[in-house]
Amino acid sequence: MKKSKRILSCLLAGCMTAAALVGCSGGSDSKTSSGNGNADTSNVKSIYFLNFKPEIAEKYETIAKKYKEETGIEVKVKTAASGEYEKTLTSEIAKSDPPTIFQINGPVGYQNWKDYCAELKGSELYGMLTDENKSLAVTDGDGVYGIPYAIEGYGIIYNDEIMQKYFAIDGAKAKSIDEIKNFDTLKAVVEDMQAKKADLGIDGVFGSTSLKAGDDWRWQTHLANLPLYYEFKEDTSSDNIILNGLNAKEIQFKYAQNYKNIFDLYTNNSCTEKTLLGGKTVDESMAEFATGKCAMIQNGNWGWSQISGVDGNVTKAENIKFLPIYTGIEGEENQGLCIGTENYFAINGEVDEATQKASLDFLKWLFSSDYGKEQVTKELGFITPFKTFTEDDQPDDPLAKEVISWKAKESNGIKNLEWLFTAFPSEQWKNDFGASLLEYVQGQKEWSAVVDDVKQSWKTEREATAG
Amino acid sequence: MQNAIKKWFPVLALPTVVAFMISFLIPFVMGIYLSFCSFKTVKNATWVGFDNYLRSFANEDFINALWFTVKFTVISVITINILAFVFAMLLTKALRGTNVFRTIFFMPNLIGGIVLGYIWLMIINGFLYYFGATITTSATYGFWGLVILMNWQLIGYMMIIYISGIQNISPDLLEAADIDGANSAQKLIHITIPQVMPSITICLFLTLTNSFKLFDQNYALTAGAPGKQTQMLALDIVNTFYGRVGWQGVGQAKAVIFFLIVAVIALSQLFLTRRKEVES
Repeated sequence: MKKSKRILSCLLAGCMTAAALVGCSGGSDSKTSSGNGNADTSNVKSIYFLNFKPEIAEKYETIAKKYKEETGIEVKVKTAASGEYEKTLTSEIAKSDPPTIFQINGPVGYQNWKDYCAELKGSELYGMLTDENKSLAVTDGDGVYGIPYAIEGYGIIYNDEIMQKYFAIDGAKAKSIDEIKNFDTLKAVVEDMQAKKADLGIDGVFGSTSLKAGDDWRWQTHLANLPLYYEFKEDTSSDNIILNGLNAKEIQFKYAQNYKNIFDLYTNNSCTEKTLLGGKTVDESMAEFATGKCAMIQNGNWGWSQISGVDGNVTKAENIKFLPIYTGIEGEENQGLCIGTENYFAINGEVDEATQKASLDFLKWLFSSDYGKEQVTKELGFITPFKTFTEDDQPDDPLAKEVISWKAKESNGIKNLEWLFTAFPSEQWKNDFGASLLEYVQGQKEWSAVVDDVKQSWKTEREATAG
Repeated sequence: MQNAIKKWFPVLALPTVVAFMISFLIPFVMGIYLSFCSFKTVKNATWVGFDNYLRSFANEDFINALWFTVKFTVISVITINILAFVFAMLLTKALRGTNVFRTIFFMPNLIGGIVLGYIWLMIINGFLYYFGATITTSATYGFWGLVILMNWQLIGYMMIIYISGIQNISPDLLEAADIDGANSAQKLIHITIPQVMPSITICLFLTLTNSFKLFDQNYALTAGAPGKQTQMLALDIVNTFYGRVGWQGVGQAKAVIFFLIVAVIALSQLFLTRRKEVES
């Protein structure tokens, strides 16, 4: 028995040292940058794409099959469950067969993954971006590390059928949607609609302001974009608003009152009582909209699939439209939707160059071949930032069309706001903000305390994640 | 025979030892190593010493979560064990249908934590709806929601253990006590409880560690809301790991501290209750 014990302990000790060694190695691997060399891809058998969007996972499978038929290269597509992308990527990328194409969500996401992101400035994919959209790419110094691939927009989605019903009522505060050009009109219309909700057949004007933890991103991320956009726009240190946001060690939250304006409007004229909002999810509020219980809801063009997929959906595609989120900012008559992206492709710089090149070739094929383009617009439903897509190559879901038409209005002096929440300091900051908002609607926190928390949290989170 | 076992011991034990290494020991050692590192994935770690530990303790959320967890554990250990013991006493009486009840009480334990969390979220929110509130309205609701959920899940399990303990008590002892004229309270305190001490040890151990390590139920029921007031340690660790860029190491350090706390509490509890066990 003694001998076996000794053998056992030897085994244990051996394994422990091995484990420690495994833990140590790999830390100082020099990374092979530049996924844009002229590496020979003929030996590459397969590439691995870690997909971010579960709702289109099956469509990617079809595309991968077609690509294999055409080129012989196998595209392994794996999809992370909703909200699990970071976790899945963390474990997948440490494996011996790591993803060669993955997604980062902007500059802050890049900080997290910069050891793995290949430099892409010389790649054809980057060259395919329109000049205007090149500025959207994730850069670090002179290098380009993330390439945007889908433009999205959000605002207040409204059901035109209900709005028309309201406009037809005697004494309506506005006679057509075109008259709603600022917060004051919006407020007057919404409050009047709320008062006449029985006539309109709705439970409230707005869908539930979902504040359940994990379902509060429409407020702590998307809505927060507006006041901070105007704040960083005033920052004269650079013209790049996202960069100003990234450099901001502190914020004034100068337009907090504007945030409160619209947030109070949402919660005071909702189909759900304030005290119950803490239990509501995004899905539930989208279902309220789809079934005609409310007339308006803040969300983006990705929401169409949620609306059309709800059982008992009564809203028709042609009646679903966007209204900008007006908050009472001076000159907001010309404000448009919030249009931007948090979807960036990154190429794993840790895999060999031939595989990097093969991965880029796949993306190039997807966004420039006829088959690829058709799949992207018809099946994946992306509005892409690439010049290979003409005006005819656009998705046909109603909200995406609306985003495109708002984008087109820019030539008439409309200003769509960029997404700068990619510059928010951390997930923690957003979650803290969401938690404060919940306490505010439940009457447990004064608005001034919410503002203080937001400012304080920005400062601490920036410090905590610096360096 | 004895010799043959000795001779082949290393070979026979090898599969288990290897499995134990791969699935437990190596990840555990790597985890401890990573708690001293700044890292994104297990492959690109750089040594930073005790920095992560210092940041853990400077983190208010961690201290709040620890305090909340302690309060929750104390309350639920007491309520679960008392109720489970009461049920066990009732179901060892000669009543009709005791077996049916035992089975029914045990069943909640077979449902996974996440599912239970969502079920109770619906029940509790459905109830609070009539008062115009939800479980996130106040941390008190969240706290008691968790206690109720934990009781519902674990009472059946602990009850089964107590029942087996109670059934093992020799009828002679009780009979002798009856002859000596002991009343039922005296019998309970002087015979039943000392005799089921081994069951108490194991039940306390299970409830203590399960309550302390609670994650699924916490995640599904409140997810820490309102604010982070109902966030328990395990949830705080996960949130630290994914909440901020560059804080993976701190999450890992918190996890190591968490392990030490659980180990110390569980071992000292075992030591203390073991001493009270009597030979029957």
